[in-house]
Amino acid sequence: MHFGLSDDQQLFRDTTAKFLEDTCPLDEVRRLGADEPDGFSRAWWRRGAELGWVSMLVSEEHGGGCISGQGLADLVLVAEEMGRRVSPGPLIPTNVVAAALSRLGSPDRGKELAGLVAGETVATWCADPSALGIGAPGGPLRAVAHGDGYVLDGVSGPVEAAGQADLVLVTAVSDGGPVQVALPADAPGVTTVPAQSLDLVRRFAVLRFDGTEVAGESVLGEPASTAADIERQLQDAVVLQCAEMAGALDRVLEFTIEYAQDRFSFGRPLASYQALKHRFADMKLWVEASHASTTAAARAVDTGSDHAAELISVAKSYIGAHAPTILGECVQLHGGIGVTWDHDLHLYSRRVIQDQTQFGTPRDHRERVAVAAGL
Amino acid sequence: METAPVPTTTDDEDVEAFRLRARQWLKATMPPLPDGADNRQLSWADESGQRDRRLQRLLFDGGFAGICFPTEYGGLGLSRAHQRAFTQESFPYEMPTLFNVPTLSILAPTLLDFGTEEQKKRHIPAILRGDELWVQFLSEPSGGSDLAGLVTQATRDGDVFILNGSKIWSSGAFRSDYAMCLARTDPHVPKHQGLTMFLLKIHQPGIEVQRITMVNGIAEFCQEFFDDVALPAEDVIGEVNDGWTVASRLLFHERDAVGGGSPYVSGVAVGQASDGGLRSDLVDLARATGRTDDPQVRQLVAEARVNDRVQGQLIERVSLGIRTGALPTPAGALPRLFAATNGERHTDIGLEIAGSGAGAWVDGDEAGLWGELFLMRQANSLGGGSNEMQRNIISERVLGMPREYAADRDRPFDEVRHNRTPQKPG
Repeated sequence: MHFGLSDDQQLFRDTTAKFLEDTCPLDEVRRLGADEPDGFSRAWWRRGAELGWVSMLVSEEHGGGCISGQGLADLVLVAEEMGRRVSPGPLIPTNVVAAALSRLGSPDRGKELAGLVAGETVATWCADPSALGIGAPGGPLRAVAHGDGYVLDGVSGPVEAAGQADLVLVTAVSDGGPVQVALPADAPGVTTVPAQSLDLVRRFAVLRFDGTEVAGESVLGEPASTAADIERQLQDAVVLQCAEMAGALDRVLEFTIEYAQDRFSFGRPLASYQALKHRFADMKLWVEASHASTTAAARAVDTGSDHAAELISVAKSYIGAHAPTILGECVQLHGGIGVTWDHDLHLYSRRVIQDQTQFGTPRDHRERVAVAAGL
Repeated sequence: METAPVPTTTDDEDVEAFRLRARQWLKATMPPLPDGADNRQLSWADESGQRDRRLQRLLFDGGFAGICFPTEYGGLGLSRAHQRAFTQESFPYEMPTLFNVPTLSILAPTLLDFGTEEQKKRHIPAILRGDELWVQFLSEPSGGSDLAGLVTQATRDGDVFILNGSKIWSSGAFRSDYAMCLARTDPHVPKHQGLTMFLLKIHQPGIEVQRITMVNGIAEFCQEFFDDVALPAEDVIGEVNDGWTVASRLLFHERDAVGGGSPYVSGVAVGQASDGGLRSDLVDLARATGRTDDPQVRQLVAEARVNDRVQGQLIERVSLGIRTGALPTPAGALPRLFAATNGERHTDIGLEIAGSGAGAWVDGDEAGLWGELFLMRQANSLGGGSNEMQRNIISERVLGMPREYAADRDRPFDEVRHNRTPQKPG
């Protein structure tokens, strides 16, 4: 829940919320998880894209455009609503790649961007762990200069939507430093190996590059600024994760409070026991603080603050550190029913724990904060 | 009833122009803060409070006192953004931070809310001028959290009320001038309905102020004993027997002040790091103990910094939420609880990094502070409403959970068991 939104932002959020409510309630999430190989429907994603799900971080000249002038803050509203409903769809990787293409791509990337913005295509991002600077899995991903482009070799860790993506952004390491290339997922020399995913509707796969040749026109950005480009992509991804986690945790706390109000033991509601009330108070504090740190991180990234790198890590490590406690407490407060397949709690635990562990664990992000503190 | 709202949005250029003017004025007028000193140390070093009164007078004469206070009572009527800009500019200088809590941030706003025109005209400008320091006389030795169960009595006698009893945990009462004192004026009705708030001159016959030495040797807190003190009826704040309404509003301002959301504080007492109020003490400790490369220490220092950052972000969120009506006012308990639990964790982390040096140290060792600091670990989790009370407020008044059972609810105070009025020792 965000305070102080403009009317346009509220309309944007409410439209997405209603669309998700109407088209993808939790029963539908379960059905997609069981029946749909991709975990989401392409036609549904296109409808979401029409609402602006892939427009916020893309410039107007590339067919995008945001609501408030602060695109990430706007997109955070979508991510939070999706977190509240553990919605399907590759929101984070597609937006990270679209934003990078819009910032860095030459004009002839316009067609690929138009496809992403319209929801016709989706994208993923895989990165060599050392180039990302956090303890990501997989790698190394090597790029060796070849003609005006590169030859790629290596294996990524499991990345979201790698099996569904039409476009892949690869962050590899060359002798001259990190390089980024964007290539079609079906390019020769690229194979995907399906992986397992904790989330019910988010599919993950490993990307394998075997002597994959990429032409110079596929290279994104300039060598001198590539490290900063990668950092910005990480910032976009982490802020969206934080918004999703905050939204999911908010919803879990909400229905756990309702349960505690309705459930009677020894002739009184669970919510009347002080020992439990105080635990709820702590959780409310952590959830509000999670929203606060997400808002602050999004604003820092949007405005290009010197503190952006630190503040995304503040948010990720704060939320990431409290999320397991909140989820565990909410299961505990539900009792045995909270550990059953039929109860919705595990849908949220799956989403939140997955977000918590990707693009840097809380520990990884605390190390970034230690550096920011001058250590 | 609420304080006239402090403007929240304002023309940016206006704030920046104000900031520049403040910067020049501060440089020309206020004494620079000596290296390594903070305003709280300097305040406490001057037992009389004269230092802070003098500094407050400088602010007033320069036209920078009471930035968010209404102009009709001597303030500037400007926005939070102006106050924030001024505070940021004030970091390198000595500031009268003794006035911030509770005088400017708790008691003056409560007087604005409930005082008569005469009371406001007499005291608000005097406060802004540095002439009056105020304290709150709320807690009693007979009980802390159950404030409405207090036993100090003010018995009506013609045009006056006769005050008898005792108050405790008032900060700096020995150097202060006035108090807001909550007393029982009708014991025959349920506890909340028989209380009245008084404006009380502290130094007068019948009032004895004793200082209390805390475990760290500091003697800021006081206990007061009242022996047949006559209070004029015109010194009632709000209505007779409606003191609980006034006290509730006072406690709201207190949560705002302690949680860091008050627009009425100016300058920072301690830890005015240039970087958004972040504390650097643990970084200094890690360096002093040679443990900056220890991955566990790096994690701990980062955790503390994350907490400090999020504390500021939460204050901003909750203030905005309350101002826009998205959160109920009791949500002020959220930053209050955060600050207290963050303080506990900060102390624990310091203790862990300090290692053996916290228990035994050589003069000048950085680690030596942390054992001493631990002794006061709970102070911020008790003062201004314990963490347990904050958790009650959050669960009951923010989340809407059932209230705790109370044996005295809706029963006349004199029919309920309570602790006795404490006697003055000796």
